[in-house]
Formats: sequence, structure tokens, C-alpha cells
Amino acid sequence: MSEQLEPTKDKAARKASPVGVALAWLVVLGLLAVVAIQLRATMQGGMGIGQPAPAFTLSLFDGGEIQSADLAGKVVVVNFWASWCAPCEEEAEELQMAWEIYEPGGEVVFLGVDYADTETLARAYLERFQITYPNGPDLGTRISQAFRIRGVPETYIIGRDGLMKYIKIGPFTTLSEILAAVDRALAE
Amino acid sequence: MIANVGYGALVITLLTALYGIGAALYGALRGRPRWVDSARNAMLLTFPLLTISALSITALLVANAFEVSYVQAVTSRSMPTYLRITALWGGQPGSLVFWSWLMALFATAVTLRDWRRDREFLPWVIVVSLVTLAFFLILSIGFENPFQRYWATPSGAVITAMFQPQGTTLFVPPDGRGLNPLLRHPGMIIHPPMLYLGFVSLVIPYAFAMAALVTGRTDDRWLRLTRRWTLWAWVFLSLGLILGGRWAYDVLGWGGYWGWDPVEVAALLPWLTATPFLHSAMIQEKRGIFKHWNMLLVILTFEVMIWATFLTRSGVLSSVHAFAQSAIGPLFFAFIIITTVLSLGLLIKRWPELKSEGELRSLLSRESLFLINNLLFIAILIVCIWGVFFPIFTEAAGVIGQIFPGVAHIFTGQKVTVGPIFYESATGPLWAALLFLMGIAPLSAWGSSTARTLGRAVWKPALVATLALGAVFVVAGVRNGVALLALWLCMFVTAVTLYEFYRAAMARSRAHGMNMLVALWQLAGRNRRRYGGYIIHLGVVLMAVGIIGIELFQTETQASLALGESVTLGRYTARYDSLAEFDTNDNRNVARAVITLFKDGVPVGELYPRRDYFYESEQPMTIPGVRSSIEDDFYILLINWQPISTQTATFKLYHNPLVNWLWFGAAIFLLGTFVAAWPEKEPDAVIETRARRAAVQA
Amino acid sequence: MKGRGWVLLAVIGLALALTGAAGAQTTEPPSGQPPTEDEVNAIAKNMYCPVCENVPLDVCPTLACQQWRDQIREKLIEGWTEEQIHDYFVLQYGDRVLAAPPRSGLNWLIYIGPWVLIAAGAIMLARLLWRLRAPAAGPEPPPQPPANGPDDYRARLEAELKRRDLKD
Repeated sequence: MSEQLEPTKDKAARKASPVGVALAWLVVLGLLAVVAIQLRATMQGGMGIGQPAPAFTLSLFDGGEIQSADLAGKVVVVNFWASWCAPCEEEAEELQMAWEIYEPGGEVVFLGVDYADTETLARAYLERFQITYPNGPDLGTRISQAFRIRGVPETYIIGRDGLMKYIKIGPFTTLSEILAAVDRALAE
Repeated sequence: MIANVGYGALVITLLTALYGIGAALYGALRGRPRWVDSARNAMLLTFPLLTISALSITALLVANAFEVSYVQAVTSRSMPTYLRITALWGGQPGSLVFWSWLMALFATAVTLRDWRRDREFLPWVIVVSLVTLAFFLILSIGFENPFQRYWATPSGAVITAMFQPQGTTLFVPPDGRGLNPLLRHPGMIIHPPMLYLGFVSLVIPYAFAMAALVTGRTDDRWLRLTRRWTLWAWVFLSLGLILGGRWAYDVLGWGGYWGWDPVEVAALLPWLTATPFLHSAMIQEKRGIFKHWNMLLVILTFEVMIWATFLTRSGVLSSVHAFAQSAIGPLFFAFIIITTVLSLGLLIKRWPELKSEGELRSLLSRESLFLINNLLFIAILIVCIWGVFFPIFTEAAGVIGQIFPGVAHIFTGQKVTVGPIFYESATGPLWAALLFLMGIAPLSAWGSSTARTLGRAVWKPALVATLALGAVFVVAGVRNGVALLALWLCMFVTAVTLYEFYRAAMARSRAHGMNMLVALWQLAGRNRRRYGGYIIHLGVVLMAVGIIGIELFQTETQASLALGESVTLGRYTARYDSLAEFDTNDNRNVARAVITLFKDGVPVGELYPRRDYFYESEQPMTIPGVRSSIEDDFYILLINWQPISTQTATFKLYHNPLVNWLWFGAAIFLLGTFVAAWPEKEPDAVIETRARRAAVQA
Repeated sequence: MKGRGWVLLAVIGLALALTGAAGAQTTEPPSGQPPTEDEVNAIAKNMYCPVCENVPLDVCPTLACQQWRDQIREKLIEGWTEEQIHDYFVLQYGDRVLAAPPRSGLNWLIYIGPWVLIAAGAIMLARLLWRLRAPAAGPEPPPQPPANGPDDYRARLEAELKRRDLKD
């Protein structure tokens, strides 16, 4: 605010300290830079096909953790869901059926990420749909932020090379839709 | 067809605006007045053209033209006509055109004024207004076109495009998605237009300031020419903010009127710079000082206004009010940077010419107090900008954590929420200091004022306020320290302001032997700005009382009741009589409870809190039942209910003391702004002296 | 009310603000009894859910928020304090569930930042006004004499009104 006060003192007005001016510019530029970064992130929108999938750690309801790095070489299906989300229920059975098909092969991993949910109700939900693939809470909403999800349900299929192969916004409607998407990722 | 006409009108407006910019620049730089006249005509043309465009959208909205994607997004068959019309500003593309239309309206009004004495300003005012307008038009045409239509490709996919792509047919969805239910409220009909009006009319003072800087005519002419514009801009802004508050109170169902939501704060930012500008402009007129400061404030106001628009429309903030993420963010960003650099550059160039004609002489002079008032507003501005900006900052700072994992625990990139707690505790003392200044500034003299003269003027109102506070302490039993301090300030300002009216009317009535009331009327008529300002101050005090009441003394409770049971909150008892659930023909499911309210055991009426569920948007909306009186509001919400068989329901009750003073104060506030802003006749003598003075200074 | 007075006022204001910010409410639930809705709401009031951004948890109407409130109730029954509940929610859902950023790491900036700027402004203002305390030895400006009595005041008022008529 230094420059702004000075008009009242003509002589003093000339003596704006260079440090102060530089500092003021630094603050303004800093603000703009931060907004620019954020703007870039906003403009990115969701994840795109072919982008490298973000690294994450999922701590499971049944104890233990899964590191995304340990899954390299496998096809990973990441499903975001919540117990309060009605559309999620539409695809829950199909996802479990798909898992039962791929589980013996060992080439595909299904992960359920429970977004902004309460543990009791989440466990009840898993129980109700008899879901057996690994599930865990999205602690600190870190995973959903890394995947830049817009809502639940959303499903991301990551290829063996760690690149994003398939993105589904909203629920899957049929089992064959899931199978087709996973098979395409496996075939690559 | 209509869509093509509207789109065509938009494009022609943009071309006209670009031509006007070019012609005005050429005319000004080469000294060709006829080019400037041509630019002026171009500016006059923008308004009718944009009217055609805005009317086209409205026609499409009213006619259920769902093949237009904007119409499909914001209306549905079940919406009544008046809501269809207001859907013009219910979404990003439409509201941008609406914004441009209002901008053109103001630009036209400015163009039509008498320019004979200010010819040199004209081209630059045109350039600034048209550049701003052209920017918004480019956004509309290039990125947020409201006239885009749906087209079906042979493969069955539906795409959106302005003109028919090869081999496609027009696709008409059977129904639209409907307007966001939160926006279906009468308050929403006026709230956004008022804010937009406030925003666009702030462009005018900025345009004149820039004209003054470019032409080097840096006396206070630009300030005198624009002060009424600024005042009107301020009226609209204030009205917009107040209506927004009222809408939140009626519709959002959380018992309050202001949630310090990032978008609300963003809308407050221009107000926080326009208000000090109104005050410091007076100082420049009276004393010829603060010239740099006023220029800075005008530039800041403009930038903050664009900034606020940017924040709400770019998706950088996510909030209930913000429009969805969109491609226009980077353009806004560029526009802000370019205009900031240009205007600050110009200001720095003219810095030496904006010499003060006087200086501050005394700490307690009115100009010093105004300076402090300005700085307090700027301090509040800083707090607000910081609060809005901070979540963006922490999230963006995650980048540093990613690059340097060693500091990742500090730069986590986690989103944070900056809620009311921060804003209230940080700005509270500043608002209180502003109230205090509002009390003593009218008592201080211009030029110089000493502690003794000020003290002599202050002690009487201070005594009155203290006595009144004693009454509140004893009679109303208020023991809250913060409330007592705030109430004392309110009463002090009231005493000072009323005393000022009384003193002036008394003196005049004695001197001219006229009736007090006549004297008062004449005073207000002859110095509208001062006495209008005092009325505004009184309005602010009343609003402050309302805010103190609801912020410090609000009580609430929640209860699950069986049919016929009641719950008590303070002196009120609410009895749950019945609940009905039904579908309406505009696609809502309504659950409506009937509550009989008792005050001190006496029935005072029925309330109908309800929950509307909108099938189209799958969105619930809680509408309170409210009983208002001058003393307090009883506000009840229907939170939850069991199936009809059991009939238990959960209610949330609020007791909001004094909240109606807020709305009442707002009405007084607006009355004051109208008194201050109403056009005054300029006597010829004034015009002559002014012209002579300008000539001397030039 | 000399120059020093203002600095003092600023300091008091600052202190007030900081204490105000620091004094967060604590509601100790009486253990053993089922918590009332009001106790749940008192805790929920200072929280936000990520599903409906910028709506406080105590009034958010969505199903997700209702479940969250139920969870607060469960934790209260287990005898948790407000702070423990807040910590749990932060761990589960991230910093943004709190109505104000937690006082840790980078977040300190929000509490300090504006005050540093405002304090800098206040110091500069104080310095400027300090100089005014000893008025520049020069000819006193001719304008308005101080108001000494009703007559003076009336004269001034009339003069002002006349001047206004001339000026604008």
C-alpha cells in the first residue's frame, strides 16, 4: 500500500523503496501464477485415454494396503462408488460377476474405491452385493482427486503399461459392457 | 431460423464493436473528429443489435425449442413462462449475452450524453467500453454460443454445432433438463440482473478514468462526470447483494442470509472497492488530494469486477453458484492481465501530473478519517481475496510437493474450505472500526480539526449512546461483550447522524424563520449527496443491528416429533399437526407439514415448512416456514419424515432475533442511495465557472 | 486520540480477531446418554461435506450428509470428543471437511497472511499520520474555522450550501 499513501506527501512520493515495489510485484505475479496453475488443472477436466494413470495407495477395509506400483503388468479396474449413491447399485452385481470371471486368470485386478462414505454403511453395501474384490475407503479423498473424478460411479481401466485404457462415467449397464472393455485392455 | 437471426446479430455486433474501436482510435490519434462520430454511431448500434440477439434467445426459451442446446439445458416443458424468460440468465451462455446486452445499454446511455465540453474524452470512453463489450462477445460467439443446436449423425450420435454439419439432421429432444430448482425463486429474477447492472456500470467510471489518463486531462473532471455513474453502479451492486441475501434466507434453507461462500465473497469484492472510491472521490473534489489513490481505486474496482466474473465462470472455484467448468477461463485470465498492465502503465506514465493540490494537514481532519476508512475497506478486501484465493493456493501448491517429495507433507495439494469462521473473525474488528469512523467522521471538519474541537462535538452523542446502551443492558439483559460494543457503536452513529440532521435543520429554520420540516427537506434537496449519505449511514446501522441479532443471538434446535407433539425454542412452541405428500404438475414431489405456532402459549398462526423434490434434476430443496416480526423471526425447516403410516417428522427450528432490521435497514439504505444519486439540475452559472476553471487548469 | 491511539486501536483489533479465531467452540457430550440432535448439529455446523460443496454439514439435505451426521452420532455414543471426531473426518475425507483450514503446515498462511499485510499498512499509515501530529510550520489554511457555536455553525452551513450552488 506504500505507493498509495504517498500522494499526500509530494516529496516522499518519489522515494518509493525499490524493495517494496519489487515485493509488491512479486506478490501480484505469485497470485497470478497460482491461479494460472489452478486454471490449467481445471481446464484439464477429467483424465484422458492414454494418459499415465496416477499412483495411489488404497488401504483396504479388510486390513492391509495395495500400492498401485505393485500392480504393474496387470490390467487394473478402479471403480469409484459410495453407499449413498443409487446408480452405483445398478452396476454392483455386474462388477462382482466380472471379477469372478477374471479372478482365476490372475491378470486382472479389480479395486473398489469408496468415495466420501461412512464405514458402517459401506461394509453393509459390500455385504449386500457380496463383493469380494479388494475395497477400501478413499482416505482424504486423495485417490479421487488424483483421478479427477466428477462424481460416482466412475470406472477407470488401466492397461499393463500403466496407461489409461478406458473410462466409464456413470454406471455400467450390462456385464458384457464390462467384459468388452476389460478384454480390450487385456488384448493390447 | 430464430437461432440464426440471434447468432447473426451477435456476430454483426462484434464486427460493429471492432469497427468502432478502430474508428475511435484512428479519429483520436489522427485528430479526425468525423471518425470519432462514426465510432460513436457504431457504439449506438450495438444496443439494438444485442436486443435482437437477447430477444431471440428469449423467444427460443419461451417456445420450447429444445433443439437448441442452451434451451434444453435450462428449461423444461413444465416450467411457467416467467421462469423461461429468466432462464436467459440461468446458465453461462445466456447470461453472457445478457451481460453484453446490459453493457451495451450503459454504453449507449453514456454515448447519448452531451459531449460538447468533453470531446477529448469521447473516443477513449468508446474504446474502453467497446473493448470490454467485444471481449464478452468473443466469449459468447467463440466458446459459449447460446444458439448451438443438436444434430443427429447417421450413426445415431448427437453432436452440438451452430450450423448443420454434412449429412446430419436436426435433433429435437422431447424435453429439457429444466432450470436448477434453486434458481426458481422470484428473488432470482432480480438478483443476478442487479449484480450484472452493478458490474457493467462500473465499466463507465473506469472508461472515463482511462480517458483522463490517455488524454492527460487529469484534473477532477473525469471524477465529476462519473460520480453519479459510480453511485448508480453502487446502488445496483448493493441491491444485488441484498437480494441475494434475501434469496438465500428464503430458499437455501439454512437459517442464514450470507454463508461466505466463495462466489458470494467474489460478488462482494467490487463493492469493497467501490465504497471507498465513493468516499475518497469526495476528498479529491473538495481538497484536490488523493488523486493517485482514486485512479488506483477505479482501476482496482474494474479489475476486481472482471476477476469476480472470472472466478465464478471459469470453474476455478467450485460452489453452488458457480457456473460449470468452461473453456473461457484462460481468455478471462488474459484479459485481466492485459487490462491491468495497460491501466497501471498509463497511471505510472501520468503519475507526476496527478500532483496533489493540497496535503493532509491534521490527523483528525475529515480527509484523514476518510483515508483511514479507505484503508479499512481495503483491509477487508485483502482478507476476502485471501480467503477466496487460499483454497486455490493450497491445491495448486501441491505441484511443489510433487516436484520436491521432501516437502510433500507441507505442500499436500489438499483442498481446504475457508468458511464463515475465518471471514467473521478476520473482518469483524474491521467492520467495527468502520462503524466507529462513520460516527466521528461527520463531526470532523475539512482541512484541520483538533482533538479538542472533535471532542467537543463527540461527547454529546457518545453520552447518548452510552445511556441507551445502559438501557439495553438493564432492560433487555444483554450481557454479551461483543454485542454490547457493537450496539454502542450503532447507537453512537445513530446519535451523530440524527444530531447532524437536527443541527442543520435547526440552524436553517432559525435563520430563515421556517418550519423545521421544511428546513430539513430543503437541506436534503440542496446537498443531496451529503444528506443521502447520512440516510445510507442510518440504513447501515439498522442492518448492523440485524446482523448483530442473528449472528450473536441466533438459537436453534432440532427435534423428531410424532403427530400432535410439540417442541419449544425460547418463547415459541411449535406443534406438529399434519404432513401431506403429493406430486405437482410441474414435476415436483412436495412434502408439506402443517405447524401451529404458539408464542408464550398463545397461538400466533400456522407455518408450512416443506421439502420439494425435483424429479428432473433429482434435487431436493428445503423451503422454510417463517414467522416474521420486528423483534425476531421464527424459522422452521422440514428435515426428514417417516412414511405416512407412522407420521413422525424431524424439524429444525431457528430463532433469529432482530433479523428483520437487516431488511428494513436495507430499504432505508436504498432510499438514501436514491436521494444521493437522483439527478440534480446543473445551473448555467455552474457550468460556466467549471469550464473557466478547466480552461485555467489546462 | 493522537497518532498512538490509532496504532493501539489496530493492535487491539488484531488481538481481538486472533482470539476470536482461536476460540473454537467445544461441546462435550454427556457420556452414557444418547446424544441429542442438537449435539450432533453443533459439531456438524463446523464441517462441510465434499459432496455438496460450500453447504455446512448440519443443513446439507443430501443422503450422503445425512449418513455423515449419523456417523457423528455413532462416534458421540462411543464417547468421542469433538476434536477426535474432527480428526477422524479429516483422516477419512481430507482437510476440506473442516469449516476453517486446520492450523498446520501451509495453512498457517491463511491466518497470518492478511494480518501481515494489514499490519504493514497500519504501520505505514501510522508513520504518515505521525508526521501530521506536528503540523507543518506554514500558513494555516484559510478554510472553515472550527465550529464554536450555533452561529458559527450556521454561517458555515450557509456558506457551504452557497458554495455548492456555485460549484455544482
